[in-house]
Amino acid sequence: MNDFDRLERFLRTDPQDVGCDEAMAILHVYVDLAAAGEDTAERYPGVAAHLLACGPCGEDFAGLLLAVTRGQPGG
Amino acid sequence: MRVEPAAAGGSLSGAECALSRAEDLDQESAGWLRRLGADGGERQAAERELHARLVRIALAEVRRRSASTPVTGQELEDVAYQSAADAMLAILAKLGDFRGESRFTTWAYRFVILEVSSKLGRHYWRNPPVALDAGQWERLPDRLGIDPERQAESAGILAEVRRVVDAELTSHQRRVFVAIVVDGIPLDALAAELGLRRNALYKVIFDARRKIRRALVANGYLEEPGLEQR
Repeated sequence: MNDFDRLERFLRTDPQDVGCDEAMAILHVYVDLAAAGEDTAERYPGVAAHLLACGPCGEDFAGLLLAVTRGQPGG
Repeated sequence: MRVEPAAAGGSLSGAECALSRAEDLDQESAGWLRRLGADGGERQAAERELHARLVRIALAEVRRRSASTPVTGQELEDVAYQSAADAMLAILAKLGDFRGESRFTTWAYRFVILEVSSKLGRHYWRNPPVALDAGQWERLPDRLGIDPERQAESAGILAEVRRVVDAELTSHQRRVFVAIVVDGIPLDALAAELGLRRNALYKVIFDARRKIRRALVANGYLEEPGLEQR
């Protein structure tokens, strides 16, 4: 990826992006699907688009997914 | 599930909503609800177990985020313990809202993860590495991951970005864009400082990105149509 690609990618907006509130409202559902190996982007394309574009929500997704997979009893 | 109005460009589709309707509880989740709704010692034991899990997750989460926050040491641990305590209160207050759309523990852990995000945003301002409205435009190439050896090549397009930010964004869009993109202030920290929700700031940045991109395309700096024009 060259420098212009990075800038272009940063500036690109996805009309499916549902925003932070909706993505966080179903984060637990989305994470359970991801932990089960489901195709989350197919089932929740608007949430997937948001998590790719929003750093803070992407961090929350990563943190919850880790908590779920690492937070099992004895985990 | 209640669906909020679209925050950025889209909203959950009908199919997406249908997929999130409650299903029968799994055995573990039903067990948590039963124990947390019991009387006396059984409930207290369940609360202790859940709180211990929340503390463990919060501590792991603040450590995972330690490289991206100025909060360090004991203060970072305090954030974790406060997050676990506040999440515990919220979970117990909202037990009736749990509808089995996910495992109970995933639903509960979400509270502590979001508490950590929010608290790290607020604690950012106790020792901020950059002041609000600093406007460090010289750092923009680095923020965008542009190779230092190629920054001269990128100077034209970055100057155009700055021109659009100065001339075409609203004052609120400009302030938010400069704080988050140019100065690298975390979105949650800016939200705490300005008393706004994360979603409100994301919408501002979303609109600013779209406006800047359109100007760059119109002025010949970018050629690809991009997702917004699909």
